[in-house]
Amino acid sequence: MNAKTRARTAKSLLPGQGTLYLMALPGILFFFIFSYLPMFGVILAFKNYNFAGGIFGSPWAGFDNFEFFFTSPDLYRITFNTLFLNFLFIVFGTLAAVVTAVLLNEIRSKVSARIFQTFIFFPYFISWIVVSLFLGTFLSSERGIINQLLSAIGLDRVEFMNSPGLWPAILVVVYLWKSTGYGLVIYLAAITGINPEYYEAARIDGASRFQQIIRILLPQLRPTVLILLILAVGRIFYGDFGMIYALVGDNGQLYPTTDVIDTYVFRSLRTYGDIGMTSAVGLYQSLMGFLMVVLANWISKKLSDEKKGVLY
Amino acid sequence: MVEHKSVSYRLFNSINYLFFSVIGIACLVPFLIVLGSSFEAEQNLKEAGFALIPKQFTLYSYETVFQLNSVMQSFLVSVTVTVIGTLSALLVTSLLAYPLSQREMKFRSLILGYVLITMLFSGGLVPWYILITKYLHLKDTLWVLIVPYLVNPFNMFVLKSFFETIPREIVESARIDGAGHFRSFLNIVIPLSTPGLATIGLFYALAYWNDWWLSLNFIESDKLMPVQLLLKKMISNLTYISSQVDTSKFIQVPANGVQMATTIISIGPIFLVYPYIQKYFVKGLTIGSVKG
Repeated sequence: MNAKTRARTAKSLLPGQGTLYLMALPGILFFFIFSYLPMFGVILAFKNYNFAGGIFGSPWAGFDNFEFFFTSPDLYRITFNTLFLNFLFIVFGTLAAVVTAVLLNEIRSKVSARIFQTFIFFPYFISWIVVSLFLGTFLSSERGIINQLLSAIGLDRVEFMNSPGLWPAILVVVYLWKSTGYGLVIYLAAITGINPEYYEAARIDGASRFQQIIRILLPQLRPTVLILLILAVGRIFYGDFGMIYALVGDNGQLYPTTDVIDTYVFRSLRTYGDIGMTSAVGLYQSLMGFLMVVLANWISKKLSDEKKGVLY
Repeated sequence: MVEHKSVSYRLFNSINYLFFSVIGIACLVPFLIVLGSSFEAEQNLKEAGFALIPKQFTLYSYETVFQLNSVMQSFLVSVTVTVIGTLSALLVTSLLAYPLSQREMKFRSLILGYVLITMLFSGGLVPWYILITKYLHLKDTLWVLIVPYLVNPFNMFVLKSFFETIPREIVESARIDGAGHFRSFLNIVIPLSTPGLATIGLFYALAYWNDWWLSLNFIESDKLMPVQLLLKKMISNLTYISSQVDTSKFIQVPANGVQMATTIISIGPIFLVYPYIQKYFVKGLTIGSVKG
């Protein structure tokens, strides 16, 4: 086959599509380098890594890296914290977003509703680092706002920075403060999308506003809630590093309730430089995370009776 | 509407307004506290920790910040990364999203699956870290703050949905007139998708501006430290800035005030443009949540 006929064959296979592939190429390469190449790197979990040997030249270690992690109490602690905190975020986050969306929808003045939404959505745009400074002004032991208020009314100060038991609640409050606006926007869009004829019919039947919310609005919101819940469950093995590390940082006293898989992995890699063990924890997280995604997608398929789940 | 005038409805309505006023204020208060503190004299800040309304109004914290080379350098790094990052990410993402929005593309579903898999499974932090430091040699470069975020799969899918809303006839008529895929993308699709591109561009700009994950992992040189990482260092160590300053120049660096002022400058741009850009975010989130 000479070059000309080969070119013609290629052209008949993909009529004018060469350009499309050429356009997609940088994006495809990006995912190959930054997502697919690291996937091959999971073999590090089975290696005794040394810098000179690199990923491929280092000697094999069998399951030693896993043995170390699976026999340490850390496994239970960080898995529990990750799942428990995410569970709290999902439950309270969904409740807060749905309730504020329903209530905001009841505010008839468009201008007021817009102003309220603008305020509530604002924290979503602030970085976790800045949030940690905000939190510090409230919680610091000597000069924090809460402790100044407590001592002003004659109560004992609370040492937030060494009271790990309080932190799941603190993290939930901060999470709600920062993320409710995000959920609110999504649910409000779903509420506005409801066909007004449903309300019309209900009004003719004499349904009160409250009954309309219970019988029409909430059931109509169900699919959106389910989609977001399922997506969140698929990510339940991934802690929010940006949040936890910004707010807790290297405060070891808070680790019992706040250390999640992601902060643990970061610390093992950067502070202790334990490549093998850290890779083993990372692989454990990726596999569990993958299982959760498959499970979540399977559930969504069952619930919707469709051939396609939420994700694939 | 008779029901809206009932007593119980009016009571509910007032409580509802009160509820949202309280929540709305709660969402702004931390910001206002730091804003007030940034204008407070250092001595008062040291004692009280914060000031919603400054007792002794001063611009000294801001004057100091603008004279601190390390802080100005960090802002320069963040602005550079955000501008170059957003433009490059927008380019690469739309170049990938457009072909995937064209139904006649032959291996379309294969490539879509290829992108989707990256959302489902990851190799974890360690291989990614070693790849970037040991094999790509990107540690302590400006590129490491940009390149790893060039394509966000979620943004890619949102943009693809935007492109799919453009009527096929418009693109097809251009193709019949002899324009190639790239020409019709550049001259027809891009101008028609400015709202979509603005939305995704803002998502990227916010991600780059607020990011500290990349700098935390890969930046050691002070010259390349973005403002979020600098703030992180200031917050965990109040003397971080004073330790970097030529002491002959300042009698005393107002550490608390500098921290507050730097924070305000770092969210200032967002605060100012936020009311105008909010609608784009709302649009992006709405499409993203429906299309997933």
